[in-house]
Parts: sequence; C-alpha cells; structure tokens
Amino acid sequence: MSLNMQPVTVNIGPHHPSTHGVFRMKVTFDGENIVDVEPVIGYLHRGTEKLAEERNYTQIITLTDRLDYVASMTNNQAYVLSCEKLVGLDVPDRGMYLRVIAAELQRVASHLIGIGFFLQDLGAFGTPLMYCFRERERILDLFEMLCGARITVSYMRIGGVFQDAPVDFWPALRRFMGDIPSYIDELDALISTNEIVLARTKGVSPLTGEQCINASITGPILRASGVEWDLRKSAPYDVYDRVAFDVVTLPDGDNYARYAVRLAEMRQSLRIIEQCVAQIEPGPVRATTNMLFRPPAGEAYVPIEAPKGELGFYIVSDGTVSPFRCKIRGPSFVNLTLLKEMMVGYKLADGIVSLGSLDFNVGEVDR
Amino acid sequence: MGDVLAENRIFSTVYTLVNDLVPDGWSWVAYLAAGMSIIMFVVNSLMIMATFYTWVERRLLGRFQSRLGPNRAGPFGLLQPIADLLKLISKEDILPRSADRIIFNVAPVLMLAATLIVLAVVPFGRGSYIADLNIGILFVVAISGIGTFSIFMAGWASANKYAMFGSMRAIAALVSYEVPMVMSILSVVVLTGSMSMVDIAEGQALPFILVLPMAFMIFMVSISAELNRAPFDIVEAESELISGYNTEYSGMKFGTFFAAEFANGLVASAVIAVLFLQGWRWAVLPSHLWFLLKVGALAFVFIWIRATLPRLRIDQILGFAWKFLLPLSLINLVVAAVEVLSWPEQTALQQFYMALINWPVAIVSIVVFSKVVSKRQPVQPVVRATVAQEVV
Amino acid sequence: MTTAVLGTDLAGALRQRFPDVVIDADDIAVWVTPESVSDVCAYLKADPDHQYDLLNLLSAVDYVEYFEVVYHMTSISRNASAVVKTRSYGRNEPTVASVSGVWRGAHLHEREAYDLMGVSFFGHPDLRRILLWEGFEGHPLRRDYLEPPLPYKWPHGG
Repeated sequence: MSLNMQPVTVNIGPHHPSTHGVFRMKVTFDGENIVDVEPVIGYLHRGTEKLAEERNYTQIITLTDRLDYVASMTNNQAYVLSCEKLVGLDVPDRGMYLRVIAAELQRVASHLIGIGFFLQDLGAFGTPLMYCFRERERILDLFEMLCGARITVSYMRIGGVFQDAPVDFWPALRRFMGDIPSYIDELDALISTNEIVLARTKGVSPLTGEQCINASITGPILRASGVEWDLRKSAPYDVYDRVAFDVVTLPDGDNYARYAVRLAEMRQSLRIIEQCVAQIEPGPVRATTNMLFRPPAGEAYVPIEAPKGELGFYIVSDGTVSPFRCKIRGPSFVNLTLLKEMMVGYKLADGIVSLGSLDFNVGEVDR
Repeated sequence: MGDVLAENRIFSTVYTLVNDLVPDGWSWVAYLAAGMSIIMFVVNSLMIMATFYTWVERRLLGRFQSRLGPNRAGPFGLLQPIADLLKLISKEDILPRSADRIIFNVAPVLMLAATLIVLAVVPFGRGSYIADLNIGILFVVAISGIGTFSIFMAGWASANKYAMFGSMRAIAALVSYEVPMVMSILSVVVLTGSMSMVDIAEGQALPFILVLPMAFMIFMVSISAELNRAPFDIVEAESELISGYNTEYSGMKFGTFFAAEFANGLVASAVIAVLFLQGWRWAVLPSHLWFLLKVGALAFVFIWIRATLPRLRIDQILGFAWKFLLPLSLINLVVAAVEVLSWPEQTALQQFYMALINWPVAIVSIVVFSKVVSKRQPVQPVVRATVAQEVV
Repeated sequence: MTTAVLGTDLAGALRQRFPDVVIDADDIAVWVTPESVSDVCAYLKADPDHQYDLLNLLSAVDYVEYFEVVYHMTSISRNASAVVKTRSYGRNEPTVASVSGVWRGAHLHEREAYDLMGVSFFGHPDLRRILLWEGFEGHPLRRDYLEPPLPYKWPHGG
C-alpha cells in the first residue's frame, strides 16, 4: 500500500480574511506544518511612482494618503520633509508641532489597528479589534477637526500644515489624552497576560537583530529584536529633538515582543503629544511658498519613523513642477523580506499570526 | 404499543383524538399521528430557539465588543434571523464541479439530524421527554459523534483544501476530547447509578456542579471542543481556514450547517443542564421554564467564552486533552467511585460530604497538574530535510 | 543626528581599497562602476570603518541616456549614512551587479527595479517580476514607456 504523503500547496489569498487586504501567499504544507512560503504581491499596485511623475508637488500629497491608508499622516510627513529638504525650506515652529502631534496620534491609531488585527489573527473573535477601533475612532475624530478628513487626510503641506488647528481641537485633544491611558491599560490587562496569548505567541517566529538589519527590516519589528534604532532619536526631524521619549526595545524578537513593543510605543507617543501640547506656541503654521512648488534640480531622501518602520520618499527633481523620479520606500514592503524565514517550520495557525505580527499594509506593499 | 410514550401528554391527547376518528384496527394511524405531532413540536421549538439563539449570540457579542449588533429588522432586530433565513433560502445553491455530489448534499442534513435525534432523550421538564432510554447518556454521546462525521464528509466532499484542513482538525479534536468527556460523564453515572437522563436528573440531591466540580469543568471544556466553540474553534478558524469545512457551501445547505451548529449549542447546554444542574428540579418556576433558564445561562457562558478568548493551536488543543484533561478525569472518576463505595445512599447530606471532599481534590489536582505536568513547551520549528516523501 | 557622509570622503576611502572603480563623486554621492558595486557594498558593509549594515533604499532612475541605481545605506552603530550610485548605459538591458548577497534587504528592491525599470541585476537569486504579472510587456517606470493601446474599446468613445 502506498500512502500519498505529498505536501499540499495552498493559495492563501488574495481573498483571505487574514491577509490584511489583497496579499497572496503560496504556502506548502506538510500536514499542518509550513514547509515553504512564497509571497505574491502586486494585486493593489496602482503605480503611485508613475503617477507622481505626472503631477505637481502639491498634488502628490493626495497620492501619499493612499499608500499606507491606516497611517496617512506619517506618509504626508515623509513626503513633505523630502520636498522641504530639496529647497532647504524652514517650517514655522507651530507647523512642526502640529505635524508631530498629528503624526503621533496617527502612530497610536496605526498601532491600535496592528494590535487589533494581530489579536484577530490569533482568533479572538472581534473583541480586542472592536476595542481598538473604538479608541481609533476618537483619533479619527480629532483628524476630522484638524483637516476635515478621517483617513485620507492630506493635512500636511510643503512648508507646514494645511491650516491651524481649530479652537475646539485643543479641549478635544485634552479629553482624549485623559481617556486613552486607561484604554491602553485595559488592552494591556486583557491581552498581555492572557495564558492563551502567551502560549500562542511566546517564542514563535523569532528574528534576531542581525537578521532584521541585514534584511532592512525597521520599525517596531527591529526594536522587538533588541536593536535600539528609531529615526526619531537617531535622525530627529521636525521637533522630535525637543521632546523626551524612550525608544522601546525588547530582546526576544518573537511575535509577543512585536506586540508588546507596539503597546509600549503607544504610551511613548502619548508622552510626546503631551510635551508638544505644553510647548506649542501661537504663530504661523505654514511657510510661504510659491503656488507652484518648483524646486531646483537635485535630490533628497529624508526617512522618517513611520508606525511600521522607515518610510522615505527619494525625490529627484529636474527643476520642473513635477518630480523627475519619486521612489517610495515603504516599510511594509521591505518588512516582508523575511516572511519565509518567519513562517517555515511553524504551523498554519502560527504562520498566520506571524504575518499579523508584521503589521503590514498592502496599500504600501504594492504602492 | 406506546409504552415509552404512554405518559406523554401530547402523545396521549393526539392519540386519543385520532383513535376516536379512525375505525378499529387503524390505531397505527393514531400512533403515527401522535408521534409525528410530538416530533413536529419538539423539532420546531428547537429550530425556533436556535434561530433566536443566533440573534442572542449576535446581540451579546455586540455588547461584549462595545457595539450594537443587529438592531434594524424588527424590534431590537428580532426579525434579523428571519431576514437571514430568507436570504439564505433565496441564494443560489452552488455545487463545486469536483465535489462528490451525494456526500456533499447529505452532510448538512446528517449534521442537523444528529443534533435533533439527541433531543429524544433529553427531559425538558417534570415528566416531559420523548423517550426515557435506560442508556440515555450513552445514546447522547454516540449520536453526537455523528455530527463530526458529517463535518468530515462535508470537508472531504467539497474538494477544497481549506475544508479538508478543517475536517481533519475536527476528527483529531473528536478523537481526543471524546475520551475525557466520557470519563467525566462516567463519574456522574457512577454517582447516580443509572444512564437514563431522567434518573440522572432525579438522582441529584444537590446539583452535580457542586458535587463533582472537576467533572463539570472537564465536561464543559470537552463539549466546547466537540462543538468547535471558542477557544477550540480550530475547525472553522476564520483567520486561518476562512470557514473550514463549510467553505464551499452556500445557500440553504450552509444555512442547515449554521442552524445545526446553533442547535448543537443549545442541545449541549440542555445536556449539561441535565447532567450537572439537576435538569428541571428545584423549580421555583414551572419546570419547563426553569429548565430553559438553565439552558439559557449555559448558552450565555458559551457566548461569553467565545467573546473573550483567542484560539488555541491544534497541537496545544490535542496536548491539553491527553496530557491534562485525561489524567484529571481519571482522578475524578476514581475519587467518585471510592466515595460511592463509602456512601452508597445518595442523600443530600451524603452528596454534601462528597462535595466537601471533591472541591479540595479538584483544586489541588488542577493546580498540581498545571504546575507540574503542563509546563509551557518552547515552540520548536519543525524542519524536515526532505519535503516530498513516499511511504511504501 | 545621522551624519550624512560626503561622497567625496567616501570616494577617498574607496580609492585606497579599489583603485579603479570610482568614477565620480560629489557632496551627496559617489559613483562606482556597475560591475563592482557588489564588491564595493560588501566592503562598505564589512569594513569596521564603515559598517553600513542597513540598506535603506535601492532605487533605479531613468535618465534616458543611462540608468542610475542609487543605494542609500546607513550604519546603525556609527549613525552615519552614505549614498552610492552606479550608472548603466544602454536602453536594452542595463545590467548592474546584485547586492542581494550583501544585504538580504535588497532582494525585493532589486526585483522591483527589474520589474518597473528593466534593470537587470546579475547574481540575483530570483529575478522575476514582482508587482506586475508574468508576461507583462515593457517596464512602465521608464521615461519612454507608452501604454499599449487597449485591446478593446469602451462602448461610448474611448
């Protein structure tokens, strides 16, 4: 009798509940164990880089919103910083503070989504996800006050921000800052010591610091592997050099560490926002620029610490109103490099959780 | 004729009514009509309750998740299940091209049938049951196993890899959890000295949840695993397997699975209520209502657990059954047997003494086992040198 | 603050080690020959004076007469960043040495540059299209790329 023990290849995605969009993996299983993974991407490719070559510099801001659509503020920030470096533009203080406040709020919102979907992949039926979304909703409300939009914000402009925060914004922000620490503590209490979460995530898919650096993996994943590298500290942009915060690192590099780093980073973001609110002073929010931004020929690449890792726009200008080349370095895209190493050898359930712990966004992977 | 059902009021009413109408020698018609009326009554009440249960579950999950849940169709969204049902009925019924036609169609029916047959031996109230089989609980265990077969049939016949994964997981979970479940039922049987569901309910001077706490816990866990309820819902783990064994099902076939699943939850709650909560006894309300309240409370616990806990991995689930639940259920059985030898009369006082012994035993053994036996194992990636191999 | 190492400084250091690979240098970057770029990068990564262990970005730019591949790299221990560039002339099959053996992180970047810009990286283990599908004609990020006429027409115009 011959038993057919061939490994089975399964297409996970592009339509699958836990691939966070249209992401596809060709996974080969030996029973429940994963023996091979091949990520297949491009289902959401919209050609942002090509589109950017045909638009003027201000119009491209709306394109950046659609990259990592759960963290639009930081996308805006990375883009305008590169543009400002191209011409050496100085941004007024109030504009920079508003940018940092918005970016840190966006970081909290993005990490909430990351944690919520991580738990969803673990099989917690919606409860942590809905809790995370409840808090994120408040942040989106704040964005709505800032710029009228919730997801595709287009709040930042070259030389500052689109408009000053309305008067109502500050009390609303204060109320939010009063509530959110208890929300984060609640998440912490619900999840961090749950026996099933610990049993499922501790020691699963560990990445060492060297592996991460070699594979250009940045952001919370790198810090969860024990490397103290945060562009807000090592290459401060905007006003990050005027606020005090800690770079959270954990030594383990496993799925649990990636979750725990995100949770701790949310608290640090709140610290940054508090200091910014204390330091911000009245003044202009935007430097005066020409209506058509026309930088001199040259190039600029200013990476920032987006919620998911290093995000940067490599802009080559030829002196016209639209960039000659606009290459986007999306952290989600590069963080997928080690997907195979992370998933092979583990079971299907753990592979899905490892994918969730990367907290990638397909809009940014495919661009 | 009709010995088993002679005490049943619905049966006797319908039987007398029809028997007066038909000529002599045609009393089998009356018997058939009476039997059918009981079946119709019981099956329809269960299906209506299961439909209502879907609404309850979705509303409660909404509350747990700080959102509203279905609230548009009818008052409080009460008509939502009916709307869902209408949608499912009117949907196209898709049969995958490479599916095994017969098995694919039979599987949902079989699953629902297995759920409904279990109801035959469940006493709903004082003197209200379809059949008081002397092997009642054995019957329950035997028939509920068929449900897992139908899951396997569905997964196999779908010719879908996700469905296959789901059904294989179902078989693994069934084989593992049947053992501790039956062991914990045995301790109940030892105490009451009977397998009849009615006798078990009558034999509980105190509710067995107090007398046999460990058996109750083991049974709750095992039945959750058997029914694929969280945190053991690996069979239809939506983040891994999309929907598991019913991935390829659509329309009313899926609806049948869906209804069977919810009916299963209710039937399991009813069985637990009989085994551990004295069934209909100690009623301060009419006994049927009292029983329903107990079933509802247990169903609520299932929903509560589902909203709270993440899912376990398959090896953890199987390891939990064999390394943790099986030894505990053996301890539980031995202790119960020794106690029955010491106090053969089952009065409330004697069951109280048993509870006094059983609670410390339960706490100590669970703590010791969780500390000693099931230490968290470090996860090791399984790396195989050769991927493809042929076993001859 | 991350120090951006001047291209001229880097060129000086590289000239000592590799006498004839440096083509040009300015304040931002240093240009090396396309064949030697993997050796240069391996040296920059391993050498204790440089230790550029993180590849931030690998981008290809189409300057019509030549393709330029730009490597942004960062040293985490020294907190310094540098830019290395290489030019490949010819429009048919511009070829550059692959650095995916030096940095694993270059793997996806090089596949993307090949897909969208048509730059071949020799030594890459798995050079296939990544964002576009197999069988796609042309490389859409090139300056001379024209969208092929649609094989169908919309019912009303188009």
